[in-house]
Amino acid sequence: MTAAAIPGKLDKRPTLPCTDECLLRAGNTNCGGCGMSVGLTMLGRALANAGDTCTLVIPACCGIVTAGAFPTTSYGVPTIATTFASSPAVASGVATIRDLNDEPGQVICWAGDGGTYDIGLATLSAAAERNENIIYICYDNEIYGNTGGQRSSATPAGARTTTTPRGKAQDKKDIMSIMTAHRVPYAATLSIAHPDDFARKLSTALSTQGLRFLLLHSPCPTGWKSEAEDSVALVRMAVGSGLFPLYEVFDGATWKINVEPDGTDLAEYFHRQRRFDDDDIDFDQTRRACADRMQRLRSLAGQHSAG
Amino acid sequence: MPVEVVTGNQAAGHALSVAGEANRTARGVACGIYPITPQTEIVEYVAKFPFSKGRVVPVESEHSAMAVSMGASMNGARAFTASSANGLAYMAENIMVAGYYRLPIVMVAVNRTLGPPWNIWADQGDTLMLRDFAWLQFYCEDNQEVLDTTLLAFRLAEDRRILLPVLTCMDAFIVSHTQTETSLPGQDEVDRFLPDLDLPHRMHYDEARTLGGLAWPHEGLSMRLEIDEAMKRVPGVYQECRKRFLEVFGRDPGDMVQTVATEDAEFVLVASGSVATTAREVVLRRRAAGEKIGLVKIKMFRPFPEAALRDACQFATRVGVLDRNYAAGAGGVFWQDTRAAFQGHLDDVLVQDYLTGLCGGDVTPDVIDEVLADLTTRSAAGEPVWMGIDTSKETLQ
Repeated sequence: MTAAAIPGKLDKRPTLPCTDECLLRAGNTNCGGCGMSVGLTMLGRALANAGDTCTLVIPACCGIVTAGAFPTTSYGVPTIATTFASSPAVASGVATIRDLNDEPGQVICWAGDGGTYDIGLATLSAAAERNENIIYICYDNEIYGNTGGQRSSATPAGARTTTTPRGKAQDKKDIMSIMTAHRVPYAATLSIAHPDDFARKLSTALSTQGLRFLLLHSPCPTGWKSEAEDSVALVRMAVGSGLFPLYEVFDGATWKINVEPDGTDLAEYFHRQRRFDDDDIDFDQTRRACADRMQRLRSLAGQHSAG
Repeated sequence: MPVEVVTGNQAAGHALSVAGEANRTARGVACGIYPITPQTEIVEYVAKFPFSKGRVVPVESEHSAMAVSMGASMNGARAFTASSANGLAYMAENIMVAGYYRLPIVMVAVNRTLGPPWNIWADQGDTLMLRDFAWLQFYCEDNQEVLDTTLLAFRLAEDRRILLPVLTCMDAFIVSHTQTETSLPGQDEVDRFLPDLDLPHRMHYDEARTLGGLAWPHEGLSMRLEIDEAMKRVPGVYQECRKRFLEVFGRDPGDMVQTVATEDAEFVLVASGSVATTAREVVLRRRAAGEKIGLVKIKMFRPFPEAALRDACQFATRVGVLDRNYAAGAGGVFWQDTRAAFQGHLDDVLVQDYLTGLCGGDVTPDVIDEVLADLTTRSAAGEPVWMGIDTSKETLQ
């Protein structure tokens, strides 16, 4: 990449396809240990490997702050900021005109959990029902991070946020069940602790048509009250314990578990995040919920043994 | 150019469709659509239109209808939509955003009462609620004007000196559902009137640019100033578009401010939309009887045509503003802007507000006569007058 981020050089066009460094450039303002930064880097590599590029469509969330202030941008691809609830609808319009003009490149919504699970859910549902030709990636940090850490419907039970100061009473919403119920062509969960699985799923998404939904478990040291260097370890524990299983679903019909939990105990996951207080967490209940989740996934995947 | 008997909605649907089709030689057309009474017929018309390079996206809300149109517009396509009343309120966030993104989207609004109480009839409060957004607003009185203004709106919005979205408004049912003879232009004429859209700030798939991210105060300020400068260019560019429209279609789409017998009028009524049609009949009748009464029809409300309005009222001693809208706590919106336009210029003119036809009430010639009876005899300007209701009796005790 050349120095396309120089102010006033807005007409400087990057070469196609994306290069490794092109999606998220150095100098962005993301926090250390942010899962989104790793996710964007993974996405840039996947695009480069596929000889593809993208337009990012980003609603209100940390991801649009990442771009920095006008006229500079930390994104090396065309990027549109939308209103909070609108990214799948704006992306529908962008992708429609791309396809009418036979232009290359993916149209990718990059949205937080607030924009996905909460305010943008109806918009996302409608885009999925229409099977728009877009990729929707939710980086789920389980919190309204950009506004300083309020609960969303993706916040897990027990987590303390500024609006659930005594811990959230309700369980996390199961967005994957909602999206797979739309029978979208491809839906998958992603973890930055499993980069090979992450890259393979991006590759699958890039070569699939229609609405592709990807859910990234995105650690947020600021909101999770965790150490930046623990980010990868934390989400690895979430996969290993069955708290955030890695799986993919084709057409809402064919389920595949990609990483079997290795029996990692949950206690460490909660201990290393100060948003959780041991007194608030019912460990036995949470372990049972993980076991039930895996059992249900195995059943959907046609695996009847508890392997 | 065939003349057909169509509704105001069909006229609007035709204008949007042929304008969209005209961009088939460029990046095409797309729009998000969502139904709401009484504009539904417009989006139904658009959904049926066989676009050669376009897509109509039926979405789940007005908010998303504008969002789809914005996405298409950002990617360089011609884009439009239509809505009414609470639909506009629900869409409001994205309406505002479309203006600040400088997207030349055209929206037809059928003016309907904002609920509650639920009411599907005419009231301008829904679009006037959007008056401070960076949109041009036009109020039309009949089907032909709806069609002509909607077509003209695309040329105006897409002019590089403007690049702002345009709202074309008509009154619910009185215009939207009334069939009249309307001249429907063919595609070849519209193609000659509307050049291919070449949006200078559109997204390119291979250009790394972020549209709509953060901007510091001085950057934001300069962007607002650019909108103000564009708004100031509107009257001049409007006249160019109007002239071109006349050349291509052989018909005048009408001035931003239109006058009836104001040359020496002592008493002037200010009206908009279908109320202007009724007021014109009354004014012409009473003129014929020798009364010095005139009418100003405000067709373009944003930017507010202050100078043209003052010119039209320069001989008046009394001006009565007919407002089919009510801004709670402040009176009629056209009245507020008229008073502001007069301040420092026509300070001796008595300006009185008449709230009439709110919530779909009929504004008959008798109502206009009642307004004139009050305007010509009152001793001084006062609070807005609520027409059709006895405010001394019908209040909650």
